[in-house]
Amino acid sequence: MSEYIGHDRNGATIGLVEKQFFTFAGTDDQFALESGASLGPVTIAYETCGTLNQDKSNAVFVLHALSGDSHVAGYYKADDAKPGWWDIMVGPGKGIDTDKYFVICANILGSCMGSTGPASVNPATQKEYATDFPMITIGDMVRSQKALVDHLGIKRLLAVVGGSVGGMQVLEWCVRYPDMVASAVPLASTCRHSALAIAFNEVARQSIMADPNWCSGHYYGKTKPGMGLAIARMIGHITYLSDESMRLKFGRRLQNKSALSFEFGADFQVESYLQYQGNKFIERFDANSFLYITKAADYFDLAREHGNGSLVKAFSKTSARFLVVSYTSDWLYPTYQSKEMVTAMKKNNLNVSFCEIEAQWGHDAFLLPNDKLNNLMKGFLRSAAHEPASV
Amino acid sequence: MNPLRYDLQIIASWITPGARILGLGCGEGDLLLWLKKNKQVMERGIEIKESRVVKCIEKGISVLQGDINTEITDYPDQAFDYAICSQTLQQVYDPVSLIQSMLRVAGKCVVSFPNFGHYKIRTQLVATGCAPVTKELPFSWYDTPNIRVLSLRDFENFARQGGFNILKKAAINTKNHQFEGKLVKFLPNLFATYGIFLIGKD
Repeated sequence: MSEYIGHDRNGATIGLVEKQFFTFAGTDDQFALESGASLGPVTIAYETCGTLNQDKSNAVFVLHALSGDSHVAGYYKADDAKPGWWDIMVGPGKGIDTDKYFVICANILGSCMGSTGPASVNPATQKEYATDFPMITIGDMVRSQKALVDHLGIKRLLAVVGGSVGGMQVLEWCVRYPDMVASAVPLASTCRHSALAIAFNEVARQSIMADPNWCSGHYYGKTKPGMGLAIARMIGHITYLSDESMRLKFGRRLQNKSALSFEFGADFQVESYLQYQGNKFIERFDANSFLYITKAADYFDLAREHGNGSLVKAFSKTSARFLVVSYTSDWLYPTYQSKEMVTAMKKNNLNVSFCEIEAQWGHDAFLLPNDKLNNLMKGFLRSAAHEPASV
Repeated sequence: MNPLRYDLQIIASWITPGARILGLGCGEGDLLLWLKKNKQVMERGIEIKESRVVKCIEKGISVLQGDINTEITDYPDQAFDYAICSQTLQQVYDPVSLIQSMLRVAGKCVVSFPNFGHYKIRTQLVATGCAPVTKELPFSWYDTPNIRVLSLRDFENFARQGGFNILKKAAINTKNHQFEGKLVKFLPNLFATYGIFLIGKD
């Protein structure tokens, strides 16, 4: 993600934003994790846009996906080359209108964009955690986000919104803290990974761990496992696209040449694209974070965690109203997975809207400019803000 | 808000304020929005077409994209006070199970459909020997979505066999793109273009 984001063509933007930090738990009173391990202190990097109203009832928490960060919209500096990753959705007059709503976005626990993760320094050893970092879960991410929301003095979020792994956090928020969530928008998401999704993640992880520079995760201060991480990202990118989008975007076109080279360099545009995306990813992302977050996503199973195996039971814990969105060409989290959650919500008589948006761009469609999604979001948030949840 | 089509005005007048409503094939949500604003109902819609679903959600209507025949099955028994199937019954492959499902999830149901017993249809068939094409049923035999042709009398017979009761009925004639109309009292099966029925188990 975020590779797509350019300046908003309409010119509307929230303007300058700031990366902020919130630290909780300490070395003595550590944050207990679901795995049984504990962690402390825990720092969460976050960004806010818009203004929190008097009764603190207009907060929208945006949850980012696997490789995202807290920089959801606007610019850190006036001359930044790119705005935040969802600038097309978050801003004045946009789908999530910062003139109306107070938007919060936090970097997830275990990531490397300012929140505590494997690249952070372990106070016990004064060295990076590396693979001594405990396993974290989607539940742990959400519990750390809840600490931030408490810190901001917000009792109830108007909405939690997120796509992909961000959508998993949306669902987790709803069933874990039902009193704190009025409405929820999981986009291109799932209640649990399919074997296909786990398989791709496992190949990506294996490519990192097979890189000789990985050194069981203890590569900080040395050469990074760049090749492994780049290949992991290339695999990811294949799953984010679709047969149709790749055919339209690349076809069998050659990259800067008119004939096959009969060498192992990049002949086809699709090869060159994947290599470019892989190499760019090395600059901004930590390989260990990739391992931890993909594992957390693979472990996520809403029914197992919150319903003894029953999705219907899991959703019985929430009274939030939902907008569920899937995309026709998403083969990573296909529509049937969204429909599965919708069915469980209906069986609980929850107020749920569902739309399968026709889009050729695969799983990544939710990050691309799409008037439909912006309009859906606008209408849904408006009704969530003006009609108290009916139970 | 757009003015309500005449047949929808009749349906709206039958709905009690504050009721829980399921709209099957709810289109762009005009009826549900009207009921929500004017009768404070709790609305849910089911609509198959993506562009219409988007319109509903933009208006703040709660709607699911999907096929009414399958989507209705997930709701708990008697989750609604009314299930409304407006001008869609004639397009349903298995209307018997749909009506049974409607009566399972809702106490009362509204169904409406174009009347195939209308005199213009009868005379067209007799006079031309061809499948009738009218303002209300404007398709040719090969491209019509209206696969179940029925008259008001057909539906009344169906109610007797199907084990449900007709609680209210309105036979109507519409004009001005269906935004105006009147009730047809005299020989409704011959002179009404549409029939609207409120049905229930008891």
